[in-house]
Formats: sequence, structure tokens, C-alpha cells
Amino acid sequence: MSITCVESCNAPATPGRECTAAPSAPADGVAVERRLVKGNEALSLGAVHGGCEAFFGYPITPQNEIPEILSGLLPKLGRVFIQAESEVASINMIYGAAAAGHRAMTSSSSPGISLMMEGLSYIAGARLPCLIMNVMRGGPGLGNIAPSQSDYFQACKGGGHGDYHSIVLAPWNVQECFTFPALGFDLADRYRMPAFILADAVLGSMLEPATIPKEFPPIRRIEKEWATCGRGKRSHKNVVNSLHLDPEVLSEHNELLQATYREARREIRYDMRQAEDAEVLLVAFGISARVALSTVNLLRREGRKVGLLRPITLYPFPDAPLTELAARVKSMLVFELNSGQMVEDVRLAVNGRCPVHFYGKMGGVIPAPDELADVVRRIHSGKAEEKP
Amino acid sequence: MSTLQSAAEAPAAEPGSDMTAAVAPVSSERKPTDGLECVFQRPASMTDKPLHYCPGCTHGIIHRLVAEMVDEFGLLEKTVGVCPVGCSVFAYEYFEFDGIQASHGRAPAVATAVKRCDPSRFVFTYQGDGDLAAIGMAETIWAAARGENITIFFVNNGIYGMTGGQMAPTTLIGQKTTTSPTGRDPLTTGLPIGMCELLATLPGVAYIARVPMSSPKGVNTAKKYMRKAVRAQLEHKGFSMVELLSTCPVQWGLTPVQAMKHIDEDVLKVYPAKVFVDRVDAT
Ligand SMILES: Cc1ncc(C[n+]2csc(CCOP(=O)(O)OP(=O)(O)O)c2C)c(N)n1
Ligand code: SF4
Repeated sequence: MSITCVESCNAPATPGRECTAAPSAPADGVAVERRLVKGNEALSLGAVHGGCEAFFGYPITPQNEIPEILSGLLPKLGRVFIQAESEVASINMIYGAAAAGHRAMTSSSSPGISLMMEGLSYIAGARLPCLIMNVMRGGPGLGNIAPSQSDYFQACKGGGHGDYHSIVLAPWNVQECFTFPALGFDLADRYRMPAFILADAVLGSMLEPATIPKEFPPIRRIEKEWATCGRGKRSHKNVVNSLHLDPEVLSEHNELLQATYREARREIRYDMRQAEDAEVLLVAFGISARVALSTVNLLRREGRKVGLLRPITLYPFPDAPLTELAARVKSMLVFELNSGQMVEDVRLAVNGRCPVHFYGKMGGVIPAPDELADVVRRIHSGKAEEKP
Repeated sequence: MSTLQSAAEAPAAEPGSDMTAAVAPVSSERKPTDGLECVFQRPASMTDKPLHYCPGCTHGIIHRLVAEMVDEFGLLEKTVGVCPVGCSVFAYEYFEFDGIQASHGRAPAVATAVKRCDPSRFVFTYQGDGDLAAIGMAETIWAAARGENITIFFVNNGIYGMTGGQMAPTTLIGQKTTTSPTGRDPLTTGLPIGMCELLATLPGVAYIARVPMSSPKGVNTAKKYMRKAVRAQLEHKGFSMVELLSTCPVQWGLTPVQAMKHIDEDVLKVYPAKVFVDRVDAT
């Protein structure tokens, strides 16, 4: 698929480096309509367009429209929908469906995702592709149902036990909520690993114009020679498993997983705005990047050289462009709706080449661009100290 | 495997039961030599890997019965077996059909999805009592409540075998385990759970039965019950489960012979053997 930016993209950080934002619209030749779509609806429709064959989930706000929509759509298309008894069951149903070679997914929100972590670790250990949507809300614990980005660590650093990763995609508008499920399924299948869509309560609930195809494409079955779908005419049985008692064998298996994660670095995607001459670079993902872009535009009107880098794949993390930019900008400001999670990855990429500041809000509070602009002005004028 | 061989040679288990039931189907690939007629051999659905179970453990016999079912119904190409966590964690190593390793207790959820995504498959889970009745209680009840068209082979040995003999939900009152060193006390640990009794109350179930693995007669009956459970699934009748009262001589601290006796004399009193639900032949 062609890779273009959602809106017109600014010059890349380094000459020759392509903008690697995700595809914004359906392929040419498909009848589409442009209409107001809610984020959760876009995630649901995107999943069906992406070839979702089976959905397993358990209700939790703020993503309930997703199972509600899919409970109507999937059976009509001859596909599977089960409202499971818990998130624990949901993720294990995904494990079964994925093992048998089907494109399976769930959607949930923070506390529900926590319950899925054991199953996700097994999925990663057994090298099964699947899609998980987290429409994040405030935590820890029951927290609240307001937007948050506090599950970054959980999604990007494993979350369950063992050495593993998932591909993590962070949409920032409703159009990406539509296109990312297909991308997530494709990447999950390509690397045989779980893929996350890390959205949040604002994205899930907001209405925006989006381009959506008028018809659902038929399921395109992907041949998975390892799938446990019954032997059929195969000369050997297949087994899906993550148990390797021999330390040497498990070590080899883990090396294979790590090699896969290194290979998946090919899929790094990010989006840059006004970064070419920026003195202060804002780094933000998802809904925070929307606030950050408004801040950039506001400050540009004041003549301040401010830009934005928006990681689209949170894992694999776009460290190379940040390393390059660190040599050119005066400082960076990472803005997240948490206490500072992605900032750790930014600091690793920057590795001391420039100061990295952090501004975060927790508990579902979203600052206005004005508030963020004040922070950037202080940094730009050299009045802010970098805090660890 | 002496128990198993005597099972094959044993007379019919119950009035009306079919003597051939205990005799494994003879694979066409293996030809008897020297003019001898082959009457007993490994089922085609079983690999030739030596079983890792302790002497006197009936996991191996139950594995064999599962393989015989798959052979008998001609299901090798269609079967997906979901294996548990517990002593039978490597069950897939002993079968020739596709296998999925589920995490502890979650096999019914895994099986549910495999079956729903492709209803033409024969999907079963193989689970211990810790797996099915403790950590996996919700998944078990819900698979039955939804009437999932899957089959569970529930191996109840009343203890956690693999992790070293701790108390299970099915441990008998007064039974000593490593976590009930003075004997299971119902005041602090609750009473044993009869899974058949519990699940039989749910309308989604098509077939539920319990049988002891302590004698050739039991093995024959087990096979009869398992056959019915498989039919429940093949005929789309809904959820089916056979509970097999199994031994764990090592963790019970008994000899294999004493362990068999323990089933007959003590376990059966708490977990009576019978058919609890049979809607397979109902019209
Ligand atoms: C989440 C989780 N908790 C605990 C364990 C440890 N564990 C492995 S087997 C087992 C008990 C199995 O007992 P049972 O299902 O009765 O099977 P048996 O070993 O007796 O055949 C436990 C607790 C685990 N593997 N995973
Ligand atoms: S520990 Fe018990 S259940 Fe496990 S193999 Fe040995 S006898 Fe069988």
C-alpha cells in the first residue's frame, strides 16, 4: 500500500528520508464516501475492512460502540462475534482463533487490557498474530473513563511476563482509526506477533469527517502453514505452544522472537510537521499530538521556530529520526497524557544530544494548546530547566 | 500399560455394551507378521513417543482412549486438541493431530474460538481438576452455559499433580496434600466441588458423565461415555464432558494398586459414577 500522510506533510528531517505516516485513505478504485464518523465506529469498520474474522470481547467504557457495532456486522457477514464472560476469556479466545489461522481481535480499555496480559504473553510466546485495541482511560485501578495515555508502558514494553513486544500503532484522528486496524492485522501477520492500536477516550468518542469505502471487501484467507486448523491433507501435525522446558531450546526461541522484533523495525512510521528548521521539537503521539500541532501552529504565528514529531508506531519506536533531530534542535519537549512514559524512549534516542523536557497531565485532564504553548515559550526562551 | 492391556482383554463392561469397544481399531498400515492376527496395537492417532507419566497414573490410558475415539470416528484430519497446564501439559506430543497448548485453565475459551471459527472441526480439551475447576472455573462454566459444541475430557485426580501435590478444588475432605498437611478441612477450605453435578444444571449441556479409571470395567465404560460425548459434538448437540476419575499414586503417596483401590473405596463415594445428562439421543 502507498504510504502518504494524513494531511500534507512537511519536509522530512533528513533529505531523502521519506515521511512514513500511515495510509490515509482506501486504495484507488474502491467506492468511498466522506462522512462524519465516530472514532469507535471507525475502529469497528476498519477492523471489518481489515479482514477481521472473529471478535471476542467484554464491555468496558469508553469503547462499547466497538463490540456493539461488530455484534451486528460480523454475524451478518458470516463471521464470528462472541461477547465473552471476561477479558481473560476474550484474549484466550483470540489465542484459539489465531492459532487456527484466523484474523482475530478484541477491543477493550485499560482495566480490561490488564486482564488480557497473561494471554497476550502466551500469544507472543506462541508467535500468533492478532489485533488488540485499547481505547485508553484514566488509571491506575478503576480510575475513570476520561482520556489518558497511561498504558504506553504496558503496550510497548511487553505488559505480560517474559521478553516480548507487540507492534503498537497510535492513531491521532478518526481516519487513522479506520485505516490502522487493517495495517495492524497486516503487520501482525507479517511478523507473527500481536499488534495493538493504542487509542484513547477522546479519539473513540469524537466525530470527524473520514473517507470510508461503501462496501466491505470479502475475506482474503492468508495461508498460514503453521496454523492448527486440523491436519487436513498435511503430512504432519501442527502444534501451537509456548512451552520449551530445555533452557537451550527456549533461549533459541527467545532469540528468534528478538530477531523478529529487530526485523519489524522496517515498519517504523512517524509524522513530522514544521520540523526542518525547528528550534524546539515537540514529541507527542495520538490525541496529544493534536494538541501539540495546534500549539506548533499558534507559536509559528508568533514567529517561534517550533515543530512536531509524532511517532505513529510506538513500537517499534522511531528512534532514528529523533537521534538525527537531536543534533539540530535546541531542545525537545515530550507531551503526554501520563506522568512520563514515552519520554523514556525519546531520551534513549536523544542520548544526551539535546535537553529533553517533559510535560504531562494525568487522570483524564487535557490541556488546551495555550497551556502547552506557555510551556514551550519558557523552553524556547531558555527559562525552563530540563528535569530528569 | 498392563492396565490398558487387561482393559482390552476384559469382558464387556455393562449389559448391552459392545465388547469391541475396548479393542483398538487395527491400523491398515501395520500388518501382522508370521500369520498371527493383530488384535491390539497403538491407535493411528497416537505417536510412538514413550509417555512421561508416573507408573500407575491413568493419564496414559485416557490419552489412549482419546486417540481411539479419533481413530474410530475417522477424525484425524479434522481434530484440534487443546492441551492444559498440569501433568498432561505435553499431551500434544502423544497425538498425531493438531494441538494447541492453552494457558492454565483457559482451554475451554481457546476451544470455543477454534470451533466457532470452523465448526467442521472436532475440538476437544483435555484438562485436570486444578485446570478445569480452580483457575479455569469461569471458562468451563461459560463454555457449557453457551452450549459450545466442544468436548471436554476432564481428568480428575483430586490433587495438583504437576506442581507437587497441593490441594485441588476436588481434594477429598481429610485428604492430606502439601497445602493441607493435616488433611483438607472444609471449615477453612470449603467442600469438594462436583463439576458434573454443577454443570448438569445448565441447559446448554448435551452430555455429562463421570466414570472411574480404576478397573477394566471402568475403562470400557469410559470409552462408551467418551464415544457419546464425541457424538454430541459431531451431531451438533452442544457441550459435552466426561469426567474421568484418575489416579495420582505419586502425590497421593500410594502404590499404583492402592491408588486404584482408593478410587473405588473413597473417591467414588464423593464423586458417584453415572451419566448426569444425555440429550444426545433425545429427539
Ligand atoms: C497461571 C498459572 N498459575 C499456576 C501455574 C502452576 N501450575 C501448573 S500445573 C498446576 C496444577 C495442575 O493441576 P491439575 O490441573 O489438577 O493437573 P495434574 O497436574 O494433576 O494432572 C499449577 C497450579 C501455572 N502454570 N499457571
Ligand atoms: S504426578 Fe500424578 S498425575 Fe502427574 S503423572 Fe505422576 S501420577 Fe500422574
